[in-house]
Amino acid sequence: MRTYLLRRLLQTVPLLLGISALTFLLLQLAPGDFLATMAENPQVSPAALDAMRHRFGLDQPWWTQYLLYLKNVFLHLDFGESFSRHQPVFTVLRTGLANTLLLACAAAVVTWALAIPLGVVAAVRQYGWPDRSLSFLAFLWLSVPEVLSGLLLLWLAASTGWFPVGGMRHLDHDLFGPLERLGDTLRHLVLPALTVGLIPLAGRMRQMRSSLLDVLRLEYITTARAKGLPESQVILSHALRNALNPMITLFGFTLGSLVSGSFVAETIFSWPGLGSLTLEALNTQDQYLVMGSVLMASLVLIAGNLVADVLLAVADPRIRHG
Amino acid sequence: MSAVAAANPPVSPWRDFWRQLRRSPLAVAGGALLVVLYLLALLAPFLAPYAESDIDRDRFFHPPTPLRVVDAQGRWQAPFVYGTRAGRDQSYEVDASQRYRLRLFPRGARYQLFGVIPWDRHLFGVDRPGRIFLMGADDTGRDVWTRLLYGSQVSLTVGLVGIAISFSLGLLLGGISGYFGGWVDTLIMRSTELLLSIPGLYLIVALRGVFPLELPSQQTYLAIVGILSFIGWAGLARVIRGMVLSLRRAEFVLAAEAMGASSLRIIVRHILPNTLSFTIVAATVAVPGYILGEVFLSFLGVGVQPPAASWGNMLNAARSERVLTSFPWMLLAPGLAIFLTVMAFNFFGDGLRDALDPRKSPAASGGGS
Repeated sequence: MRTYLLRRLLQTVPLLLGISALTFLLLQLAPGDFLATMAENPQVSPAALDAMRHRFGLDQPWWTQYLLYLKNVFLHLDFGESFSRHQPVFTVLRTGLANTLLLACAAAVVTWALAIPLGVVAAVRQYGWPDRSLSFLAFLWLSVPEVLSGLLLLWLAASTGWFPVGGMRHLDHDLFGPLERLGDTLRHLVLPALTVGLIPLAGRMRQMRSSLLDVLRLEYITTARAKGLPESQVILSHALRNALNPMITLFGFTLGSLVSGSFVAETIFSWPGLGSLTLEALNTQDQYLVMGSVLMASLVLIAGNLVADVLLAVADPRIRHG
Repeated sequence: MSAVAAANPPVSPWRDFWRQLRRSPLAVAGGALLVVLYLLALLAPFLAPYAESDIDRDRFFHPPTPLRVVDAQGRWQAPFVYGTRAGRDQSYEVDASQRYRLRLFPRGARYQLFGVIPWDRHLFGVDRPGRIFLMGADDTGRDVWTRLLYGSQVSLTVGLVGIAISFSLGLLLGGISGYFGGWVDTLIMRSTELLLSIPGLYLIVALRGVFPLELPSQQTYLAIVGILSFIGWAGLARVIRGMVLSLRRAEFVLAAEAMGASSLRIIVRHILPNTLSFTIVAATVAVPGYILGEVFLSFLGVGVQPPAASWGNMLNAARSERVLTSFPWMLLAPGLAIFLTVMAFNFFGDGLRDALDPRKSPAASGGGS
């Protein structure tokens, strides 16, 4: 297991190098002379600019710049200076990443808390009306893009007032007690999490259904039924446990796609995560912040895939010894 | 079985394909809807009663005007709309004393049909100062139906042009990768891995940063197509490579090599056509991704900029709390258009997949054993 893990970790190194090279290239391609624009900006202090020029060797040839960029990013977690926010990029990214991960985890809860029971219902009543109507709805839902479902939820929030229409905290958040703070954040989390979590729902539900159907055909289920166990027990404690196995590995892969999917929800509900940051950085031409968040989002995606592979290896000995 | 097969004369693959496709009602519905949508886009200036950015300063956020056939006295009339009076806070009340008949083929704003034929006739309209807003008006009093039609020209073609570019790239690079192997293969496959391991929307936004934010609408369009194609080829190239690897040692390839055909010719003329049915299905299913890519960028305000219309920037205009609660048609019209388009492509793609599935032999499915 340890060698497998090590090998898998080593595989991500060239990938990280490649992604950093791409972001560096995009930094170079961005229009205009970065330093000149910044020097003209009265809000940027010459001292900060000098520090930046020194740290990233901005007056050096491009290959020195790239090596410095690599060294700063991977050894010192220094992604450069965010000129629009007057803070190091990493400080800005840290909060954004935490918020995005919170959103992604909440979305994962939404997806799985709905997908598993719905999938089980569809499998148990195969070709019955719940199964048919769920399949039909899932089929339609596949054509609803996230921008649209997010806006529809925003419409719901705006017209009913049940949920806040954006942001992450109430204006008086800091005056609340700890429990109230938690409740406040949760209330703000509901709609973005629904927006992100509902997208993969259709697919996950179908996978849960077919996985349970596969297990229900096995002989030990027949045995369990033959010895007179109630059907609920056969499904819930015998079949479900095995049917969940393939779902576990899917979980890691979904985590990565949830981070990507949270981009749209973040911008619709002004959730202060990586996606909102990236967009803001693009609009203020804050190149180092744009590339830092792209790098950060890729890290999450790669980590998600890594987790998925490790879970798969834990579940299936053929992979870790193969 | 053999008797049935003998009774049916052999059919060409394309005939069989059509027969298969027609059998799936969803595919037929999806295909028909697509034809209608693209016709609407093609004829947009004629079908729209107004010009693309015809602003009406007196009718911001005007609600949809219902087409009536019964007047206030309960008498049947030729189709007409009532005039409206502006009230407080963008509310409008119907003024039954003003009646405007619906006219067919009235003269209106000049345009060029198909980009070449100058004309000024529109399918329908009402006399001034009446206004017909089938789907309401937006925040500057522009007709939403008109904007939807013009927007479809952007949103629907982005998909086709993007697919054409990225699939040519994907086929060629995937073909080269699988055919030559070695370091070329490694290089191309590592590049695809790189592109696939950056979350898509982040990569789109990062690439958008390479172009200036303020661009004329045609250049923005090209930039969007370029960005989406740059990302889109990777997934296809990986699958094509796998298929080419399995064909690499096929006898017809060896024969072509023995006859001295060039590598590029073998890839393009002999190997890639064998991946055609897969490619067609993959392309159909991928089109919505490109359409949504444009919608995404324009929705974020970094894509097609008003006054040019696109479904994405129409959604962007609808995203504020006030618009959603008071003027929901601004969300529903482009939202429904996007939903229908994506659904049509999905249905059609599913039908194509079934019709082109090589595992179903023509005899087994067509003969009715």
